[in-house]
Amino acid sequence: MRIGVFICHCGSNIEGTVDTATVAKASLDFPEVVYATDTMYACSEPGQDGIIQAIKDKNLTGVVVASCTPRMHEPTFRRAVERAGLNRYMFEMANIREHVSWIGKDREANTNKSVDLVRIAIEKLRRDAPLSPSKFSINKRVMVIGGGVAGIQAALDCADGGLQVVLVERESSIGGKMAKLDKTFPTVDCSSCILGPKMVDVAQHENITLHAYSEVDAIGGYVGNFQVQVKKKATYVDWTLCTGCGACMEKCPSKKNPDRFNEKIGPCTSINIPFPQAIPKKAVIDPTTCRQFVKGKCGVCAKVCPTGAIKYDMADEIVTEDVGAIVAATGYDLFDISKVTEYGGGRYPDVITGLQYERLLSASGPTGGHIKRPSDGKEPKNVVFIQCVGSRDKSLDRPYCSGFCCMYTAKQAILTKDHIPDSQSYVFYMDIRSPGKMYDEFTRRAMEEYGARYIRGRVAMVYPKDGKMIVRGADTLAGTQVEVEADLVVLAAGAEAAVGAPKLAEKLRISYDKYGFFMESHPKLKPVETNTAGVYLAGSCQGPKDIPQSVGQGSAAAAKVLALFSKDMLESDPQISRVDIKRCVGCGKCIITCPFKAIKEVEFRGQKKAEVIETVCQGCGLCTSTCPQGAIQLSHFTDNQILAEVNALCQS
Amino acid sequence: MSEAIAYYPGCSGLGTSKEYDASTRAVCRTLGLDLVDIPDWSCCGSTPAHTKDHVLSAALSARNLQLVSGMGIASAATPCPSCLTNLRTANHRMEAPAMAEKVNKLLDAPYAGGVEAISVLQALVEKVGLDEIKAAVRTPLTGLKVACYYGCIMNRPPELMAFDDCENPMAMDNVLSAMGATVVPFPLKVECCGASYGIPRQDIVARLTGKLLDVAKSVGADMVAVACPLCQMNLDLRQGQVNRALGTNFRIPVPYFTQLMGVALNVADEELGFGQLCIDPRPVLNKALSGADAQAKGA
Repeated sequence: MRIGVFICHCGSNIEGTVDTATVAKASLDFPEVVYATDTMYACSEPGQDGIIQAIKDKNLTGVVVASCTPRMHEPTFRRAVERAGLNRYMFEMANIREHVSWIGKDREANTNKSVDLVRIAIEKLRRDAPLSPSKFSINKRVMVIGGGVAGIQAALDCADGGLQVVLVERESSIGGKMAKLDKTFPTVDCSSCILGPKMVDVAQHENITLHAYSEVDAIGGYVGNFQVQVKKKATYVDWTLCTGCGACMEKCPSKKNPDRFNEKIGPCTSINIPFPQAIPKKAVIDPTTCRQFVKGKCGVCAKVCPTGAIKYDMADEIVTEDVGAIVAATGYDLFDISKVTEYGGGRYPDVITGLQYERLLSASGPTGGHIKRPSDGKEPKNVVFIQCVGSRDKSLDRPYCSGFCCMYTAKQAILTKDHIPDSQSYVFYMDIRSPGKMYDEFTRRAMEEYGARYIRGRVAMVYPKDGKMIVRGADTLAGTQVEVEADLVVLAAGAEAAVGAPKLAEKLRISYDKYGFFMESHPKLKPVETNTAGVYLAGSCQGPKDIPQSVGQGSAAAAKVLALFSKDMLESDPQISRVDIKRCVGCGKCIITCPFKAIKEVEFRGQKKAEVIETVCQGCGLCTSTCPQGAIQLSHFTDNQILAEVNALCQS
Repeated sequence: MSEAIAYYPGCSGLGTSKEYDASTRAVCRTLGLDLVDIPDWSCCGSTPAHTKDHVLSAALSARNLQLVSGMGIASAATPCPSCLTNLRTANHRMEAPAMAEKVNKLLDAPYAGGVEAISVLQALVEKVGLDEIKAAVRTPLTGLKVACYYGCIMNRPPELMAFDDCENPMAMDNVLSAMGATVVPFPLKVECCGASYGIPRQDIVARLTGKLLDVAKSVGADMVAVACPLCQMNLDLRQGQVNRALGTNFRIPVPYFTQLMGVALNVADEELGFGQLCIDPRPVLNKALSGADAQAKGA
């Protein structure tokens, strides 16, 4: 083997604390190394050309680049050596940036450690073998999980691109959080007027299959060939017959149930269509409150339904959908305001969330769009908004900014003045965060044109006194305490990961952060990709986002799916496990260990043997450390290679 | 019967809050909670010590904890939230070896840690339990409307005190509910009364205490139950000062929660020390109880 070694400066990132020339010189003493040099930026065009030229000039058969993490540029360099005519797996990387130069300041120690890492990479490279991917076909259907505005956008863009789309929504109607909003910032246009047509498009698009009131139960397979089991929850109404006429809701005798669509500030019937523009506009029975289920007798809805759609004996149903890609767009949920005991959310009826206030503002809400406070139905005059409730607060384990609350609070202050001209709004804020097009102008308008009084400071406590809510806080600009007698207190509750998000992430085999938000593949350069091939993200499931950002991500995820599906065949990664059939004793331990169900039992000349399913194996290597015989080896990471690396380290 | 607990009355228990001390002892005895006096206990250093010197303050508290440790008892209960803060702070600070070394230099016998300091309220809730407390009630406080006032340091800072919700504590509410009283939701239950500002700045105490009394009255409380000698003094002894400063006319009794428990548990009147309070709660108490009695008879 003729090995070439390239030590990258990464500008001053590496060269600043590592003597790269010395590392290159030391590399020449290692076995089979015929060429070694340092280079300013190995990943740049001249850097890659230098590698290609050296391969040609020196007849190199393997290359080591010592630079950054392989997660950054391994694909770059693999393509470079391939362009020079080598197999892309005859290449190894030594990470001397994240593992050396960025974490240590001692130049001599860093240089020595870099030499060690290069030596390890060389010993691995000496045992590398050319690998080639195999091809497999893909199923060009896509599943979108979550029917909020991000999921709707992703579904529509994919469907317009000619793909078959399966949209799965947990609630009985699509629309998500946006459907609950009255108006949207910074234009104050009606939320349902701009979302409604998109929802109708979903219903009417010939390429979209909608599973509402359904949840993803299990996911198997891999990019190009997922099998998703979708649980269609029992609605107790036959949706093929239901016309959405609403006669059942009029007659239902159980009328005092908390309405989840109205954020529980209004009542609803046990059989319910959540809102007039619902898609699909179909009724669902809540068996926890329905008299037929609770008391065993009632049957009013079944009597009045003109189409005979009520089916009390309906059960959950599982359908399996085969798709080639999945877009997760499961959105967010609100921080539970009752956890901030000093504000009394959950204890005092007139302390509500911003989303509850949206329902009070909305014409389709429980008050018909008239602002009435929950305790006594009176119209409030003084409305206090408290921002950052469950955002930017380490004591509540919510250190992150929810991003959109500054804007919706300004919008609600404007709407309050529109609805009640003689009202006065107060906004307690920490900072105004409005970095969007026309956003800062909008918050200024709330202050200057609508007279909202912005008070910079935190609220210490809220308590009721003589029919008012006393809000006590600090005005940190004036350096004084403030007390406001409010009629209604609206808390800008922060966003947190949707209920059940971590569970779904585990089914999708994608990562999530400590707060339950899904992890993108790269925070800047791969914002809608995940580390699982074929699974993409859109909207607030990845972190709090406003509507424009969510829509943008919906389209971005759709573009990724369309790009993936532009090929007819996909290449599988050849870094997978292979069974040496002569050594395998058929014990089956690997089959139990594999988290991807990628190993199956086969019969070979009357004996049980393990066999790896090439397209399913993810190359994690768990089976290789489980196998008592050493019969399973992970290509490119064989036991021999790893032992050679350890030997190289121990000898140095 | 539950395990024995060392009892640390604090200096005020021997002076300004004798009735708190006496009613605590009587109530615990009735409920079978064995309070053991700490021989030769000394002052925790109170506010002056920790304002001047953290090592001295920790040493004054740790001396008492060390005595408890020598008694072979794992926890010490005190009725006074201020003593409690000092005892718990000493434990917390002495987790750092450097601090422990400095403190132990001042002590005759070194304190190795391991004694938990809790409030009498916490001892009642956790060592006796609400169910047993409820079962011991002989004269339910039916008809009595009480606002429970915890004061600002019973539960704060929450990392140190580690008991109940620091913004909306419920322990005293639950205990007095178990006694049969109607506990009114009192939103200012952890607000500051002005504490020791009663001496240098009466106007501050008048304003802060006045607000407490005002809200207690507006939520319909017959009386305000307290758990802190200093709060009790501000709300009760200084109620006249508040009235003069604010032009109000409050006359709201401010008993310790243990005194009210004593009534419900049929503790002898002379052990409860109601006469020590400025505004005697007994007329209001008797009126509420007899009203309920009459109602019960009428029904």
